[in-house]
Order: sequence, then structure tokens, then C-alpha cells
Amino acid sequence: MNFEDEPVPGYPLPILPGHTSPGRLERVLRAGQFAVTSELAPPDSADPEDVYKRARIFDRYVDAINATDGSGANCHMSSLAVCALLTRVGYAPVMQISCRDKNRIAIQGDILGGAAMGVCNLLCLTGDGVQAGDHPQALPVFDLDSISLLETARTLRDEHHFLSGRKITYAPRVLLGAAENPFAPPIAWRAQRLAKKVAAGAQFIQTQYCYDVPLLRSFLRQVEDLGLLEQIFILVGVGPLRSAKTAEWMRTHVPGLHIPDEVVARLAGASEPAREGRKLCIELIQEIRAIRGVSGIHLMAYRQEESVAEIIDRSGVLGGRVPWYPGRDTELNTSRIAS
Amino acid sequence: MYAVRRWSVRHARGLNAFYRGFEAVLVKLHPLWKRIGYARLERPVAATERLVKGVLFDCRMCGQCVLSSTGMSCPMNCPKNLRNGPCGGVRTDGSCEVRPEMKCVWHEAFAGSARIPGGTRALRMLQPAIDRRLQGRSSWLRVVRERAGDNA
Repeated sequence: MNFEDEPVPGYPLPILPGHTSPGRLERVLRAGQFAVTSELAPPDSADPEDVYKRARIFDRYVDAINATDGSGANCHMSSLAVCALLTRVGYAPVMQISCRDKNRIAIQGDILGGAAMGVCNLLCLTGDGVQAGDHPQALPVFDLDSISLLETARTLRDEHHFLSGRKITYAPRVLLGAAENPFAPPIAWRAQRLAKKVAAGAQFIQTQYCYDVPLLRSFLRQVEDLGLLEQIFILVGVGPLRSAKTAEWMRTHVPGLHIPDEVVARLAGASEPAREGRKLCIELIQEIRAIRGVSGIHLMAYRQEESVAEIIDRSGVLGGRVPWYPGRDTELNTSRIAS
Repeated sequence: MYAVRRWSVRHARGLNAFYRGFEAVLVKLHPLWKRIGYARLERPVAATERLVKGVLFDCRMCGQCVLSSTGMSCPMNCPKNLRNGPCGGVRTDGSCEVRPEMKCVWHEAFAGSARIPGGTRALRMLQPAIDRRLQGRSSWLRVVRERAGDNA
């Protein structure tokens, strides 16, 4: 999609009627386009170029880039800083906020700060426990939970005050997101939990990795029965698996990850497992795309970020659409003149 | 104690009924509590509450009890203190991501609330962010005072 009013990088788009943010992701979603988001693993470095290098890999294939917030409870550059760097050149980041490391004072400050730096999308998360990461000695904060965090962000945006009641003069214009894991117990209650998140202010969700489409379908049916499909954009998490060994490691070590045995067996039986993993991912995307109520995918290709382009391209989900990237419009204009 | 805590969830229906009756009695006695003085009652009642609920629910004395909305499974036993439902890290067998030796308290809450009339509806209520100042204070006295319409 090309917007006539594309901004100068770092400056927001105008907010369209019915939108809560000036962001590109909200525009794509509300226009009914199939959205693609991906995830940038923040570097263990203070060099901004390390962030830009990781973002450029996604150019022309994603509508928004998630900046993780100490994912897996490992220490990296902060999501706020990654987002601030990304918005400088015009990218549309999704700022992940986890409740693990910060209390409500720090979190509300970060939401205002992020919005001031041009962040248009927040993803409100509980966060992995500290035991999962490289600093298990750390204090787990969990002052808020993902749902009270959503309510906090919505209060800031819609009611223009802090949780304390103290007024803020300019509200953060953001699209509010949350995560959901349709594949973890209690499975029968996952749709209800999504309903709570919608009630708390969630406008979009990104799910945990999906390798089990029947389970996803039954989750979406329950979501539909609760009348939530019209109230929330659902981006289903997908990702390529490098090998049977990686799959096995991931399902034992990554909290809440469900990979069925057939998937592991398929990778184990392949002569080129990494290629098979990408093929499987493409098949999943195509299958998921056809399900009613799915608004897009969230492609997490941890340590295989270079495969995102190929996967998106071959899956055909963008249907010829070229998401914005720095220099896209100059490039397109030049090619139009040349032809 | 973990075994007693699990027993309490299995008997959520009876415990919830008892709790309601107990609460009604306490509310009726509001004039008496007021004469003695709520401030004076705080320490002995909090100590009793800690003992009783400690045994039954592994209560953490958050001071803003939501047990009747969580199928008698205390959410403060969740290592992430989640008061609005489980995180995404629950293991396939329903055990906790952080402490695999115990069942997820929300997995239990889901089972417990199914045993309480109106329990699943209560589970859907949004719980506000916890007030950390109430830690260690009596939840009973606070609720009784609220129900009796005494805001002082």
C-alpha cells in the first residue's frame, strides 16, 4: 500500500478517522490487508548500526518490526531504545513491554517516552520468568500483569492520566497489542483470556508460534463464538525450524512452545532439514492465511532472519504489495520513470 | 502446604459457601467491630487470617483477597503474581513454567471455579493492578468494612 501522505522519516502519519494511532500497522490492518510483522532480536551491543543491520534484512517484506524486551529473560539492548532508533529512519516498530523487569512507574514513563519517539504500537506482555534467562539471580518484578498493563496503557491513551490519577497533557497515540498462546493449558480457557485482554484494551494480538493448525482453528472458533473477531486483529505466530534437534531443544526449553511430534519427525526425515523447515513454514502460512479471522502473521525467525524474505515471498501473502521501507518510494518512483 | 492447597481447590464449592456464610456473619457484627475499633482489631485479625488462610490456601497476605473469583486457588502463589489468568508459559502437563514441581495456579483456578456457582463468570472479571501497600493487612476486615458501607 502506498500512502500519499507518507511522512518524513521520524514524523508520524496523520491519524485517520476511527484510528487510535498514526501508525502504518494500524492502517494496513484496518484497510483489510494481510499484515506481516517480524521480530528483531535486539543486539548485545551499544552500536546503533547493529540495530539498523538487523532491521534492513526485513526491508520490503514486513509492515512492522517487533523489538523484544529482554526476551527469554536474557539481557539485550532495551526495546525502547531499539524502537527509538527504528523510528528515526521511519520504520514502524512494535514496542514490547514485559512486566518482569519494571514496575508501574517505569512502565508508564516508557509508554510516554516511546510514543514521544514515534512508537505507534505496543505489545503488552507478562514476560518469561527470570529462571529462563542468563540472569536467574535477578529480582522478578511483576508489579503489573499483562492485563493490568493493557488497562494502564489504555488509561494513558484514552483517559489522559496516570494510574495515580495525575493528568498527562498529551496522550500517547498507540495501537495496543497483546500476546496469546492458544496452545498452552488450560486450552479450554484461552479464548476467555483473550476476551479479558480485549476488555482491557487489546486491539491486536500476536500469538505464540503455531505448529498445530487444528488447535488454532478450534481456538479461533471459540473466539468467534465469543463475538471477538470483529474487535481484534489476530496475527498468528509462525517461524521456520532449522532441524529436528532445534525443534526438540525449543520445545523443551522455550516456555509455552508446542511442537507436535509429526513436525519433529518430518524434519528428522528430511535430507535438508533447514530447507524443509522453511517449506513447512510456508505451508503453515498458506494454511493459516485461509482461516477466517486471521488478519496476518507474525514471523519469528530467530537466528534465521535472512530467511524471512524468502518465506514471505514464496508464501505469496503480500499479493504484490510492498510494505514501506526507507527509500521504497524513491526507488519505486525511479523505476516508474525508467519504464 | 501444597497438598492442602490442592485439597482446597478440589473442595472449592464447599469452601466458597462457607466463606460466604462467614462473611455474612462478620458483616452483621460490624457494629461490634466498630465499637472495639478496626485499628485495634487489625493485628489479631490479620494474624488469624494469616494462620487460617496460610494453611488452607498458602495465602501470601496480599490484603486484597480474590479467592472467590479464582476457584479458591490463590493467584499470589503464581511466581509472576498474575491476577488475571495464566501466562503463556504453562507446560503441556499443566505445571508451572517457573516452578515445574507445582501445577499452574491458574490451571487450578480454572478447575476450581468450575465447581463454584458463577465461578467461571467471576474468573472473567478484570482484576486491577494490586495495591502493594495492603501487603500483610487483613483482607477480611477490609471487605467487612466495605460491605457494611463504612468507608472511614
